Amino acid sequence: MNHAPTRDEMTHEEAADDRTMFGFWVYLMTDLLMFAVLFAVFAVLLNSTDGGPGATDLLSPQIALINTVLLLTSSFTVGLGLQAVTWFGLTFLLGAAFLGVELYEFYELIHHGHTMQSSAFLSAFFVLLSTHGLHIAAGLLWLGIILIYVLKRGLTRSNVRKLALLSLFWHFLDIVWIFIFTVVYLMPFTGV
Amino acid sequence: MKEFWLGKLDWSALPHEWFTIAGSVGITLMLLSLAAFITYKKSWTWLWKDWLTTVDPKKIGIMYFIVGGLMLARGGLDAIMLWAHQALAGSGEGYLTAQHYQEIFTAHGNIMVFFVAMALIFGFVNYIVPLQIGARDLASPFMNTLGFWLYVAGVIMINMFFFFGGEYAATGWLAVAPLSGTEFSPGVGMDYWIWSLQISGIGTTLGGINFIMTILKMRAPGMSLMKMPPFTWGSLCSMMMVVSVFPLLTMTIILLFFDRYFGTHFFTTSGGGNPMMYTNLIWMWGHPEVYIIMLPSFGIFTEVVSTFSRKPVAFYKSNVIAMIGVSTISLCVWLHHFFTMGADANVNSAFGVATMLIAIPTSALVISWIATMYKGRISFKTPMLWLLGFVVIFGVGGITGVLLAIPPVDFQLHNSLFLIAHFHSNAVGGVLFGIFAGLSYWAPKMLGFRLNERIGRYAVWSWIVGFFVAFTPLYVLGLMGATRRLDTYDASTGWQPFFVMSFIGGLIIALGVVLQVVQIIASIMQRKQLADTTGDPWNARTLEWSMPSPPQEYNFTAIPEVTTRDVFWKMKEDNAQPLPYEDIHMPKRTATGIYISAFAFLAGFGFVWEIVWLVVVSIVGIIVVFVMKGFDEHAEYTISASKVSQMEATRAKKIEEAKQYARDDHEDMGLIEFMRTAPGWLFGLVRNKS
Repeated sequence: MNHAPTRDEMTHEEAADDRTMFGFWVYLMTDLLMFAVLFAVFAVLLNSTDGGPGATDLLSPQIALINTVLLLTSSFTVGLGLQAVTWFGLTFLLGAAFLGVELYEFYELIHHGHTMQSSAFLSAFFVLLSTHGLHIAAGLLWLGIILIYVLKRGLTRSNVRKLALLSLFWHFLDIVWIFIFTVVYLMPFTGV
Repeated sequence: MKEFWLGKLDWSALPHEWFTIAGSVGITLMLLSLAAFITYKKSWTWLWKDWLTTVDPKKIGIMYFIVGGLMLARGGLDAIMLWAHQALAGSGEGYLTAQHYQEIFTAHGNIMVFFVAMALIFGFVNYIVPLQIGARDLASPFMNTLGFWLYVAGVIMINMFFFFGGEYAATGWLAVAPLSGTEFSPGVGMDYWIWSLQISGIGTTLGGINFIMTILKMRAPGMSLMKMPPFTWGSLCSMMMVVSVFPLLTMTIILLFFDRYFGTHFFTTSGGGNPMMYTNLIWMWGHPEVYIIMLPSFGIFTEVVSTFSRKPVAFYKSNVIAMIGVSTISLCVWLHHFFTMGADANVNSAFGVATMLIAIPTSALVISWIATMYKGRISFKTPMLWLLGFVVIFGVGGITGVLLAIPPVDFQLHNSLFLIAHFHSNAVGGVLFGIFAGLSYWAPKMLGFRLNERIGRYAVWSWIVGFFVAFTPLYVLGLMGATRRLDTYDASTGWQPFFVMSFIGGLIIALGVVLQVVQIIASIMQRKQLADTTGDPWNARTLEWSMPSPPQEYNFTAIPEVTTRDVFWKMKEDNAQPLPYEDIHMPKRTATGIYISAFAFLAGFGFVWEIVWLVVVSIVGIIVVFVMKGFDEHAEYTISASKVSQMEATRAKKIEEAKQYARDDHEDMGLIEFMRTAPGWLFGLVRNKS
């Protein structure tokens, strides 16, 4: 017989891991709801440009496409990392590159005087994007710290569990980004 | 340089008005005398090791009760101040300035919802849920202490204005935009509001996640969802709602923070901002919030009615489905809070109908309770009295709620005192009475002795009578056109007698609170007579009564097998033999939650006063502490089976000794005897150096 153990058959540690994994899914749902608020806010404020330039004038789907490729690839390396931990090094680099591109995009906008104080639309844009970016940064910090502990202690049970949680977190951010790409960078251009 | 170190903080922030001076001096004196008492008793180590750093949900539950109880007194004092002002305002101007009056009603709402109701509910969920489902601790004991201490940080933050700033938010408890923006609320009161709610709200979300994990993953073998005790069901529904809506609150407050600190335009009147969006977002959280605090109370009442009627819960399944129904529908009704604010008739009707639908599952609950009593052998102990008061008051609140759900009626009654009376019927008659019923029901389990019944009855009647005297006039005033949050009105309106009557009702309620304090003290004085030596003083039905009171830190010596709904009743009927002892894994105590919350508090304080270095240092501190905790792999210890057997034997001996004092044949201490004996007892408490 080869089936997943039921709760009564698990060891104490397995049961704890099982609970943590489940709890983490619940946490991801709460985080997703925070993003849901930001998406709703963005949709409401999309045309509230206060007479200034709007999404089609300022945003560049090309840059966002580069970021989409970077992030999707990093998610792929996370999958590989769960097989061989060194792949997480590449995840780290790709994530950092994503942040670099995003910061460049922000810099260009701010440099031309389009800040988050300019209009409600830009407020929504900057806060949605930087909330996602902050999550990526937090993920990178977390990944870096786990990797240091992997070097120090090896792939212990607790380190493996942390890497598994991180991979969930990373895929989650990837999904959020797909929505950002669609809602922020594509939909305004289609006139929907 | 000064700006760098202290931000906006300067001498003018120190208390200089009568209420801030009174508040800050009062709080300081309270803390100093408490510290002196602890030092005198040489109890600091005990306090730190056994209580503050504990991960035992039972102790954390009791700490929630203590802090929540203090906040109840604080919020109640606000209520009395409001009542007194309104009673005086008809002839003259009252004794509060308009600004101060606004700050007080804001504080009253905030504190009662966030720091009283939530705390007391979490107290019960912490203490009772693991015992009811046959668990030894929570899914994440650490997250639970963290949640508690974040709540405490929020409590301290909301009271910081007494010491620094002297100003509370004057925006109403939900801080509607654009009133809460910098343009109309430039002061730090609003910032304290933001950070206290943000910090404690994150703690609440963590608690919600933790209890969902615990209830869904840690039930005793055999306990299917439909065999869970009703209180656990109510808690599960409530926690499901917590994780569904608290993230909305967190993000909405973040956006408000951005508007205030970085000049963005989410909810402003300029730059394309949309203040109505704030109203929508905050009520998407705010309406479900009232059900978050209501559902565990429903569960408590179901437990109480079944125990004191000597019957299993009637219509258990429809009772559970009703609780799920209430929690689901209540996520879809938020717009009824602003029917008058511009939505078209179709939208209003849809939300009006959705609101009325909630009356169906709540009626199903009431029917379940009444049917449980039907042909039961009812014993009228205080929990049962609270229940009966609740059914009447909650009935009134429910009917007026359906009235308000009709948009054309709401156009007449919107923001009137009728609305205030309506939601106090539900919040006091529903939530608070449920909490009080739970307190007297589970007190023997939590404290090891039951509470004084005689004084308890006086308290119940003061509350019920006081409630009707206080809030019936408000219904009438609302129909006469008096709006809420009114600090002044003309004598020619003829409203004053009603306001005076309402104030008198408030005083009767205050008497009820005093009697409750007396009840607790009297019970402590008589704790030997009132001791619960059986672990099951009410002849109850669920697992929490299957162990001696108060439970050992590991709750169960062996996890029971669950075969039926009222499993403990069945165990008693079958005369079940105790299971053999086993090795028990328990979580170690940790102070990490305290450190993180302290840093969170400092970060919030830094934000309020714009002290950048403090914010940065605190956030780095939080990350460092988190990492250190996350990689600590020795968070558990084991109690061996032989140690368990030893502990149980000691406990059994203690109970045998207690039995000679315990007696239930004679009436509990009354008020006169209390007044005669209390001073001597108090004196002995201070003198006796144990």
